[in-house]
Amino acid sequence: MSSPKTSIRVGTGAGFSDDRIEPAVDLAERGKLDYLVFECLAERTIARENLTRLKDPERGYTPYLVERFQAVLPACVKNGVRIVTNMGAANPLGAARAVRREAKALGIADLPVAVVTGDDVADIVRKNPQLPLMENGAPVESLIPHMASANVYLGADVIRDGLATGAPVVMTGRVADPSLFVGTMLHGLGWGYDDYPKLAVGTLAGHMMECAAQLTGGCFIDPGKKDCEDPVNIGFPYADVTADGGLTLGKLDDSGGRLDVMTCTEQILYEMHDPTSYITPDCVLDITAVEFAQDGRNRVRATGAKARPRTPTYKVAVGYHDGYIGEGEVGYAGPNALARAQLAERIVRERLAKRGFTYPEIRVDYIGMSSLHRMGGGRTVPYEVRLRIAARSPDRKAALAVGFEVRTLHVNGPSGGGGGSNTIREVLAVKSILIPRDMVKTAVTVEGTL
Amino acid sequence: MSVKVYDLGHARAGDKGNTSNVSVTAYDEPAWKILREQLTAERVMQAYAEIAQGPVTRYELPKLKALNFVIENALGGGVTVSLAQDMHGKSLSFLMLDIDLNG
Repeated sequence: MSSPKTSIRVGTGAGFSDDRIEPAVDLAERGKLDYLVFECLAERTIARENLTRLKDPERGYTPYLVERFQAVLPACVKNGVRIVTNMGAANPLGAARAVRREAKALGIADLPVAVVTGDDVADIVRKNPQLPLMENGAPVESLIPHMASANVYLGADVIRDGLATGAPVVMTGRVADPSLFVGTMLHGLGWGYDDYPKLAVGTLAGHMMECAAQLTGGCFIDPGKKDCEDPVNIGFPYADVTADGGLTLGKLDDSGGRLDVMTCTEQILYEMHDPTSYITPDCVLDITAVEFAQDGRNRVRATGAKARPRTPTYKVAVGYHDGYIGEGEVGYAGPNALARAQLAERIVRERLAKRGFTYPEIRVDYIGMSSLHRMGGGRTVPYEVRLRIAARSPDRKAALAVGFEVRTLHVNGPSGGGGGSNTIREVLAVKSILIPRDMVKTAVTVEGTL
Repeated sequence: MSVKVYDLGHARAGDKGNTSNVSVTAYDEPAWKILREQLTAERVMQAYAEIAQGPVTRYELPKLKALNFVIENALGGGVTVSLAQDMHGKSLSFLMLDIDLNG
């Protein structure tokens, strides 16, 4: 096993399951990284991938897993960059096997992959139906018949243990986003899991980095007001972390985008509620004393992170089937476009009612006018209006009828309605519970030969 | 004289369950003074009235010259079940930036 270093560099390879692929390759090739972390699990991804796995027991990992590994493995292997990722989703073992197959195809005969399991707690939830939902306090019991997944957000300790095997790749299911990064620091810098001043730094770094380009100019540009260089080629960030708790964020100078105090300030507050208490499985982070200082072009030093001890529980995301959403769209343009869209809405509502369908919730959007911020006061009427009607129902037929009745407007509705579309989707909803840590048993195994 | 939040600071919206959080970071000290005094939780609730049931909680981060607004019951039940097109509420930062204050 390698001994701890005085400084490591950790890069972000992806900030969500469908993220761009090239920036990770650039970092692997030219970033002088020690670790490359891919965060690819949205709230409901595991629920969705459990359904995939039911159809094909070898699958159930995130989309683009194969494409990402194909793209980055050559440079990572050549440069000794170790990969940490939660792309395993509902099937970390299957994901590890898929990665090893791709490695073999690339000429790497035996790529060992450390696999973290134990985040799947569906059986534990079934045995503890009294556990209260965080959203409304009701027992989780009522969701159990419809449950599609139940996964604990594991902490950085499992990443540390995965890296301790020496495998070049650590594959997990659900792990809290910042913890994926913190684990590289526990291992690479030899930090103790009870060293809260260090966990504060690591958790801040992970929080800043987990959304990839959102730290480097993505989700930031507003032309003429807040510009950034080369927005086509926005690069992903890395963090230089020292054993004594120094943190500097950076990006490749030849990549697009920008990394400065402004982008850092937007990202530190992203998905933050009470800034004194950002709860992760590793610690409770307090960012109220954090300050950023520009330290050269595209480099920002962060100081002042504090943390309190972690809570005695793990958070569990419970995915469950929650009926269907049906929707349809049709567009109108030119004189009186809004009035025609409004008439179309009335016709659809009445046709659905005449067919006997009722819905717990219907949403109507006039795209171009009210789909994002609703009607507000005194909005101007645009030249084009696209009507969108969406409704949820436990009944698939009722959900299908929504798009059907919008689609038929082409021929049976107001004048000049064009470009109709309709969709239906099954809803996989997510609610949360807390479970005591000692209920959860994790394990690290290695696929391949070390 | 009326001034938009857009001219005083920049904003980003995030989502967690059915809660949206929108941060506003001042461009400079004078802007921070105006935002801190006038961009209250009540003023924000008023702007988000058609979208969120609330409540709205405001947190101050003086070292960052930023305010963080936590707006509850704002995302149509949450990303996974929302009927909205923008189920994450990413666009809600610009509703904040459109608020008028006294300059």
